[in-house]
Amino acid sequence: MEPATGKIVPNETLLYLDGVSVSFDGFKALNNLSLYVTAGEMRAIIGPNGAGKTTMMDVITGKTRPDTGEVLFRGAIDLTQRDEADIARLGIGRKFQKPTVFEGHTVFENLELALKSPRGIFDTLFAKLKGEQAARIAETLQIIGLAADQGRPAGALSHGQKQWLEIGMLLIQEPDLLLVDEPVAGMTDAETERTAELLRHIAQTRSVVVVEHDMEFVRALGVRVTVLHEGSVLSEGSLDKVQNDQKVIEVYLGR
Amino acid sequence: MEDAPRRTPLFGIPIDGGGWIFLAVVIAVTIAVPVLNLATEPGSAFHVPTYLVPLLGKYLCYALLAVAVDLVWGYCGILSLGHGAFFALGGYAMGMYLMREIGPRGVYGNANLPDFMVFLNWKELPWFWYGFDIFPFAMLMVLLVPGVLALVFGWLAFRSRVTGVYLSIITQALTFALMLAFFRNNMGFGGNNGLTDFKDILGFNLQSDETRAALFIASGIALALGYLVCRYIVTSKLGRVVAAIRDAESRTRFLGYRVEHYKLFVFVVSAVLAGIAGALYVPQVGIINPSEFSPANSIEIVVWVALGGRGTLFGAALGAVLVNYGKSYFTGAFPDLWLFILGGLFIFVTLFMPKGVVGSIREGLAGGRGLISRKRDEAPSPGAFAGSPGE
Ligand SMILES: Nc1ncnc2c1ncn2[C@@H]1O[C@H](COP(=O)(O)OP(=O)(O)O)[C@@H](O)[C@H]1O
Ligand SMILES: [Mg+2]
Repeated sequence: MEPATGKIVPNETLLYLDGVSVSFDGFKALNNLSLYVTAGEMRAIIGPNGAGKTTMMDVITGKTRPDTGEVLFRGAIDLTQRDEADIARLGIGRKFQKPTVFEGHTVFENLELALKSPRGIFDTLFAKLKGEQAARIAETLQIIGLAADQGRPAGALSHGQKQWLEIGMLLIQEPDLLLVDEPVAGMTDAETERTAELLRHIAQTRSVVVVEHDMEFVRALGVRVTVLHEGSVLSEGSLDKVQNDQKVIEVYLGR
Repeated sequence: MEDAPRRTPLFGIPIDGGGWIFLAVVIAVTIAVPVLNLATEPGSAFHVPTYLVPLLGKYLCYALLAVAVDLVWGYCGILSLGHGAFFALGGYAMGMYLMREIGPRGVYGNANLPDFMVFLNWKELPWFWYGFDIFPFAMLMVLLVPGVLALVFGWLAFRSRVTGVYLSIITQALTFALMLAFFRNNMGFGGNNGLTDFKDILGFNLQSDETRAALFIASGIALALGYLVCRYIVTSKLGRVVAAIRDAESRTRFLGYRVEHYKLFVFVVSAVLAGIAGALYVPQVGIINPSEFSPANSIEIVVWVALGGRGTLFGAALGAVLVNYGKSYFTGAFPDLWLFILGGLFIFVTLFMPKGVVGSIREGLAGGRGLISRKRDEAPSPGAFAGSPGE
């Protein structure tokens, strides 16, 4: 099977947000936000609670329509005009803050549902799992370390295992851009470390945007950081650079 | 998921243990009842009296209707409280054919107009009755009318993302509105009397034992095939997508599945099956009238499914038979109490048997098989990850 990188031109802008604003009953959750993610890049987004990180992901994935601003994917595709299913099919995967796997389905079935394959009703009504697809699922089970659990209902997994299953589902979906919302919240240190490893593995072949509070985790990722505050970008650069930025210190340490 | 792990396929469709028992019973009943009715003497101990044949045939139709409702409710989480409407529409399409079959044998002897139209002083057949004298056309309408209504209604509802209790309420409104419409004489469907006094079907006398046996067999076959169609759907990948929508709709969307298309598909299939059930029901009971659209009827179907065990298909069929058997008994013995018994039954099932009769039996069986294997599935094992390769 081809790696999913075919469509990506390295260093080209993959995701482009410009002047995006969203307000809920007059409260600006996003305020003239601009952000660019290049193909193949991994980016960490940090920011205090309520900074608008999740809302930004909602806008990119079609869950929330921005009041103003442009959201472009691969240069020309206007994401504000598409719905969630459409955007997912374009190659944008999303991991939610709370682990959301299909608890009644087995681990294997969760991956089968996520597997990159035609999504129409008649495609799935007559679908037969092909050899290479089964191999792809088996490979993903290895990567996320759940091979022994493939027949168990996902609802029976531990919190960390659910997070990995969800990451595995995103992996097998083969998106060009992956949005990950607070993946290590509630994880043990060992689980956190393992998750960072998984994300770096994924980022080898696609762009990843990770939202995270945990500074140690962001340091472990070792990538460019964007600090969000009150719906717009406060600072951007290496972790060391933003940590020494006076504006960031003020926001985090309180005024 | 819902099923026991052992599944032996039939025509490539995986059937679980309960499903096999169900199919065997349906086939046995479909053969035995007509044979014991036609081939034994009325005095014999094995004789099935003629009056029982259409009564049991009615149960088979209800069972098919319950399977249809379980497909949308048990597997896709769409609690339709309007499936009686699809059943009734299929029934009316069949009833219109049977009315046209009467021809000049009606009370007024008018070959071109059903009696109720002559009574209303109508001079010619309304356009929407055209073609119903042709059996294949009428059968096509049995499928198309409920199917197209479900398609249009479902498209509007699912596209606007109406879910949960709101969806249930508008399905009730749908069947209620249709009931009011069909009660009107000038709608052209016989008003509150509905369609009745049928004589024959395809030239065969509806009162004869042989015709009744044939209708019974047709109902049994329809139930078995309807079950197999639903079983194919729920065990296909589409079925797993549909169950995913039931459990986590928005997550399914973010995986790239067009949720509204999937809901629409099962809703339409379900409506068509309900229509077929209605079409087989009408010649066996001899009448179709607007009370079939009454909101309470649709709620009752949901009670059958809940009692039998939703999300199992055959459990829904079982529930339909159990409740209707109880209904036949109680409406004879204590006619005033039936609605209270039905309501009490629903509360009892909701509180004490949330998985219905089938779910309770399965839990009993699983308990017998040993608690060890259950425990392994329910409790997450913290060390499960430690031994896997750190890729
Ligand atoms: N659907 C909504 N309705 C009203 N307010 C919302 C909604 N979604 C988010 N908000 C508000 O927008 C702000 C940003 O939220 P969010 O994007 O979840 O922040 P973060 O993920 O950075 O913690 C918060 O103040 C939150 O209360
Ligand atoms: Mg958030």
